[in-house]
Amino acid sequence: MTLFEAHPLLLVALVKTGILLFLALTAVAYLSWFERKVVGHIQSRLGPYRVGPHGLLQPLADGLKFLFKEGVEPQGADRLVYYLAPFLALSLALSGLAVIPFGPAEVEIFGVRTTLAVAEVELGLLFLFAITALGVYGVALAGWASNSKYALMGGLRSSAQMISYEISLTLSVIGVVLLAGSFNLREIVAAQQGYWFGAVPRWFLIPQLVGFLCYFTSAIAETNRAPFDLPEAETELVAGFHTEYSSFQFAMFFMAEYTAMVITSCLATLLFLGGWESPLPTTGAWAWTVYLPTVVLSGGCVLLLVDALRHHRGWARGVLALLGVLLGGAAWAVAQPAIHPLVQGPFWFLTKVFLLLFVYVWVRGTLPRFRYDKLMAFGWKVLLPVATLNALVTALVVLLRESGSLAGGLR
Amino acid sequence: MTLELGLFVVLAAVAIAGAISLILARHPIRSALSLIVVMVALAGLYLLQGADFIAAVQVIVYAGAIMVLFVFVIMLLNAGEEERTSWSRMAHYAGIPLAIYLTVQFAWWVADGASALGLPTAPAESESTRRLAHLLFREFVLPFELTAILILVAILGTVVLGRRES
Repeated sequence: MTLFEAHPLLLVALVKTGILLFLALTAVAYLSWFERKVVGHIQSRLGPYRVGPHGLLQPLADGLKFLFKEGVEPQGADRLVYYLAPFLALSLALSGLAVIPFGPAEVEIFGVRTTLAVAEVELGLLFLFAITALGVYGVALAGWASNSKYALMGGLRSSAQMISYEISLTLSVIGVVLLAGSFNLREIVAAQQGYWFGAVPRWFLIPQLVGFLCYFTSAIAETNRAPFDLPEAETELVAGFHTEYSSFQFAMFFMAEYTAMVITSCLATLLFLGGWESPLPTTGAWAWTVYLPTVVLSGGCVLLLVDALRHHRGWARGVLALLGVLLGGAAWAVAQPAIHPLVQGPFWFLTKVFLLLFVYVWVRGTLPRFRYDKLMAFGWKVLLPVATLNALVTALVVLLRESGSLAGGLR
Repeated sequence: MTLELGLFVVLAAVAIAGAISLILARHPIRSALSLIVVMVALAGLYLLQGADFIAAVQVIVYAGAIMVLFVFVIMLLNAGEEERTSWSRMAHYAGIPLAIYLTVQFAWWVADGASALGLPTAPAESESTRRLAHLLFREFVLPFELTAILILVAILGTVVLGRRES
């Protein structure tokens, strides 16, 4: 206990880490449910439907299945590296979440003043890129250590792809860094406050549209998602780098991929979509927008209750009704004047992240897979030059604006 | 013992262990992995000194880019385990005396300057990135640009050589 008395921040950080881990792993599990549902409906199917109402308990069933399956270790595998790789992939992906701020500066929860981020890192953006840069090892080592030609080819492919797209990923955000003048995620969001012409939010999405498109394309490739999911092209490579992994090690790669999706979406929100800032003005005639979280939650509550009445299975009705009541309670809690300033930031932040995640799934359900050489050519010959040009033009504009304001004595 | 000193000891121990494992490992991939451990531990040491930017760049460039290429090449060539051979005569007569000499010399330097070194202090203010940029782009802009041109020439050279092969 003396350690916590000497460093009270340590205890707060531990509690926050625990909460974030729980939320993140739950979100990742339900992201897989969400993806299967959306892709299912895109392809005129229902998606998971059997386990729980609307397949809501499917992630739980999948998790249990992974836990109880036998882990098969391939013959001739490098044991240390083989077991290290999934651990590396998941722990790196999860530690990236630690530096993401989910809401504005200081809040007070249960009498403890704290921030809505596990760690306030000065160079948060660089830290995230360092994490992404190390993320390649999980994939490359898994492919190599499995002692299988399919896994090795998959590992080689995906490391080549990740290295290539990492460059355009990093270059595409240089424009944002130049405009904000900081690597700090909070300062980057602060630089996007306010509105053009009183209504258009000053998000970097508008001046950096090219940067955003480059970023999101590279992010899809960096997370090995369709249409850039060459590393796990089933028709060619069985399952790519994780061919030889079963049971929970496979689940770890799976979770790492989904966590990476969440992180890149969070980063896109922070860098281009104004982070936790509301897209609508919050003053004057727009003051009612602070009750939007309540409206959304109540809407969900009503939908679930109606669905509970219509559902054909008895116990599923109970589950749906319970969820509806929970949402209703949340809607009521969020409307309380003591709580509702607290939830504004996270509400908008999570809404934007959710929209981006939907785009991820949408793209997967819509576009066919790239051919490998096309993929590399696209990365090096299109994305990289465009991202570089975007950075150069932004640098020029920032320089001209600064020298102009310097000459005008505005500084 | 302060938290900073404790972290320093842990990171330094990890770096040294990584370096020893780098030399002793028989498989090239294991050696490359050890080198990555050393680099990440060094980044942690930079962080303790308040050099956030250098630490981040250390991980991004060395651990993230250069070492990935190392690992990539080792995987691509599918290099197997090395075989142990008896020491070469060169190592016997020149290597060992040189190693002993260097160890003594470094120990002497460290002992000599120990009072001036001091313990790592709490991380400095966040201005370090700005200061670094100022140094690089104002005071040492000529050497910086010359290095950039040198690297560009090296890249072009690699491309030319790579083309000639095929």
